[in-house]
Amino acid sequence: MSPSGVPMSTGLELRQLECVRGRRSLFKGLDLQVPPGRLLRLQGANGAGKTSLLRILCGLLAPAHGEVLWRGQRIGTLREEFGKELIYLGHAAALKDDLSALENLQATSVLGGRAVGAAQAAAALGEAGLRGRERAPARVLSQGQRKRVALARLVLGGDAPLWVLDEPFNALDVTATAWLVGLIAAQVGRGGIVVLTSHQSVVFNDALPQVALQL
Amino acid sequence: MSNLVNDRAPSPLSAPLKAAGTLDGLRCLFRRDLTLALRRRSDTVAALVFFIIVVSLFPLGVGPEPALLRSMAPGVVWVAALLASMLSLGRLFADDFQDGTLEQLLLSATPLPLLVAAKIAAHWLCSGLLLAFLSPLLALQFDLTPSAAGVLLLSLLLGTPLLSLIGAIGAALTVGVRGAGVLLSLLVLPLYVPVLIFGAGAVDAHNAGLGVTAHFSLLGAMLLLAAFLAPLAAAVALRISVE
Repeated sequence: MSPSGVPMSTGLELRQLECVRGRRSLFKGLDLQVPPGRLLRLQGANGAGKTSLLRILCGLLAPAHGEVLWRGQRIGTLREEFGKELIYLGHAAALKDDLSALENLQATSVLGGRAVGAAQAAAALGEAGLRGRERAPARVLSQGQRKRVALARLVLGGDAPLWVLDEPFNALDVTATAWLVGLIAAQVGRGGIVVLTSHQSVVFNDALPQVALQL
Repeated sequence: MSNLVNDRAPSPLSAPLKAAGTLDGLRCLFRRDLTLALRRRSDTVAALVFFIIVVSLFPLGVGPEPALLRSMAPGVVWVAALLASMLSLGRLFADDFQDGTLEQLLLSATPLPLLVAAKIAAHWLCSGLLLAFLSPLLALQFDLTPSAAGVLLLSLLLGTPLLSLIGAIGAALTVGVRGAGVLLSLLVLPLYVPVLIFGAGAVDAHNAGLGVTAHFSLLGAMLLLAAFLAPLAAAVALRISVE
């Protein structure tokens, strides 16, 4: 993990975003600039379009109107380059039930563009509080433990300048929540951008540069 | 986790991570899919048993007339192989879609068409290839000569990758759709027709004493074309389906 990360000229920029699901327009004319080293918290009621906005940010969902720029370039043109710089953790933990926690973590990391050795992956799982469970198939892990396996990717992904996390605090206990808050704070301190949604009122340090966006 | 700060010193995490290249991503996904198939063998075995049973039903139903059996053997084996390879096709992307790994593939640092190609290759190894190697055994029931059984094996070796490639486009289009199984067969089976004609035709041509090169060349040409185009088409279809 490089401490300073890659040089980031500009961060993330949303221009005139509009999202339509079904026939309903969820949000419209959304303009926002997120400079490096910032935490962006999306807030809003159920169905306000938080997850849709996250999926638009990653390029999984095409906006009805407007565009998303990463370092001044449209994410659609960057594609794999963007994939190297982004870590997206969605609602589902993206684990294969028949693979062990270790195999799952290694596979997702390699696909994200980071070659991770077994020792490194095991250490990351240890930090996520899964020491001793590395070889267990994901099938037998609890909901919270599965979430931790997914989050262990963040331990290995400090060099990815953009983290997009959909409800990362769901199913986590108090210790894991505190651990994740620390992880996010460290990433923001390194100059990374973290975008997240959360129903829980997780307390971040006020000194952490953050933006809240109400949908 | 509580003493996270203290035990960091000798941790392997402090070592810098190497960037994984395009090939690493490809190899990783290929190996992952094969491992999954090995750990959940029931799918693969079910397709093989289905293939054996369907092929064996014909001699039982038609009766022991060697000339008739010999002439229908290529068609029967080919149609059964086609249906058997369709069985596992529906889950090619559906499983990944369900557990969220498909989204990670779409956001991967490896180009999506290459990842799709890796998945198709793994699917073929676990379905088409095994079906092809079983076919000479099943040909015994139809009293095929050893050389005709050899041609059947070769035609399946050339043709089954085509089935996986074409089927992947249909599987990608029907990801996340309710009743995907039926829709998939409606989409894909008509596209299988040329493969079936030239595949079964090769054995017929051999039995008739004609050369098989024409059939094999056509199958080979279709395979090359599909190997190039199908992953691209399936990748586009996946991006649309996941939205």
